[in-house]
Amino acid sequence: MNRRLLPWLTLGTLLALWEVLVRLAQIPAYTLPTPSLIALTLWQNLPSLAVSWWFTLKITFGALLLACAGGVLIAAVFALSRRVEAAFLPIAVMLQVTPLVAIAPLILIYIENTTAALLLCAWVVAFFPILSNTVLGLRAADPNLHELFRLYRATPLQRLRLLLVPSAVPYFVAGLKISGGLSLIGAVTAEMVAGVAGRETGLASRILEASFRTETPKMFAALTLLVLTGVLIFWLFDLLARRLLGRWQLPGHK
Amino acid sequence: MGTASGSITLQEVDKRFGTGVLALEGASLEVAQGEFVALLGPSGCGKSTVLRLVAGLEAATGGTVDAPALRDPAEAATAFVFQEPTLMPWASVFDNVWLPLRLAGVSREQALPRIRALLASVGLAQFTAAHPAQLSGGMRMRASIARALVTEPRVLLMDEPFAALDEITRSRINLDLLAWWQARSLSVLFVTHSLYEAAFLSQRVLVMSARPGRLVAEVRIDAPYPRTREFRLSPVYQQACRDLSRALDAAHVESLA
Repeated sequence: MNRRLLPWLTLGTLLALWEVLVRLAQIPAYTLPTPSLIALTLWQNLPSLAVSWWFTLKITFGALLLACAGGVLIAAVFALSRRVEAAFLPIAVMLQVTPLVAIAPLILIYIENTTAALLLCAWVVAFFPILSNTVLGLRAADPNLHELFRLYRATPLQRLRLLLVPSAVPYFVAGLKISGGLSLIGAVTAEMVAGVAGRETGLASRILEASFRTETPKMFAALTLLVLTGVLIFWLFDLLARRLLGRWQLPGHK
Repeated sequence: MGTASGSITLQEVDKRFGTGVLALEGASLEVAQGEFVALLGPSGCGKSTVLRLVAGLEAATGGTVDAPALRDPAEAATAFVFQEPTLMPWASVFDNVWLPLRLAGVSREQALPRIRALLASVGLAQFTAAHPAQLSGGMRMRASIARALVTEPRVLLMDEPFAALDEITRSRINLDLLAWWQARSLSVLFVTHSLYEAAFLSQRVLVMSARPGRLVAEVRIDAPYPRTREFRLSPVYQQACRDLSRALDAAHVESLA
């Protein structure tokens, strides 16, 4: 109980300290707003911020979904053939190590539809952890179980369905946990590069927009929503991982 | 299945691995239908290689191997029990035991009565729905043996199956294994590095030398089954242990020479 309470207590104390210090030092709101003002701004702008929040969520989860599909598909091909893996892995790595902000402007030039461009940007950062983890997972099956499947003359399809896929699940979920956070980062980064243009805009565009008008409390309000989203995604996949993996692995096999 | 024999014959078998390592050299042995034979030797002497050859998981590089797995590969007449229980951690005990039948196209409903009865006979009746992580080491090994027995094999190959178990669990499962074997028409080739286990379980113990593995001695244990705990106190058992100990020492000295 104490350990669950501790982070909340810490967070509360820090926010209170922030509130008190800003008030005592009489820092103007356009430099650093108090947490209470941020909360108020968030409440007042909730309807319009919610629309942007929904847009960012759509990009994030859309990209994550595509990352799962693409990552798993490519992983399956890699797992089937070491040659294909050797040929294409360096390209996947290059895509992964290139900072997104550097390629986002190009993607935005080549893809006319902004939503599609944003999706692609977020996908580029999100798919790699799923890919590499799933490749690892598909090869992680117990060698003795492989022998057993051979002894009982399993077909390739039976081996895939009953051995390889279940062995890969914990690895895939671990990749999903990383990719969930990354796709949010990817979505926001791409939005930042795309700027405020377009009819539909996400939270990052709202932050940019507010910064042009020095509406600092509004920047913090949008930021708060982003932080909550990130935490929510982490919590969601952490829960999924624990639910799934609790009985998936033998103790001491983590 | 029925009348087909579970006999095994190796004649002058060599096994050299791709790495150049010579694991077996001129190894000959015979296991009669329904016989319980232990294969005893130091670690790395090629005991496991013998099992893998008999299971058809490896091919010999010289000599001839005759075993059910090679006579009729289409039939699941050979079962293998590894040193680790080697269960699928994501599947229940039932699903783990079902696996060999499932791979042969037997549905869950068809397999149900057989698996229920088998799990009850190995003492896991209460644990059909449990996952391996919820079982003790001994229970996992029982599930692993149940999986091996589910196809009603004629040959059971066991590769140091109880090496990781504590002494009490091991002695209990040794007794049970003999009961399961006696209830079936089953040839067992049991690899171990414990001469006490070999002497307690088997009708015949084959002693192997260090790599490259060769069969250097044979000790018969002429004692009837069922064997109980008291068998460990009998002169026959103690004489067998002395003989095996001497044979192991001789094999060791010879390999150093």
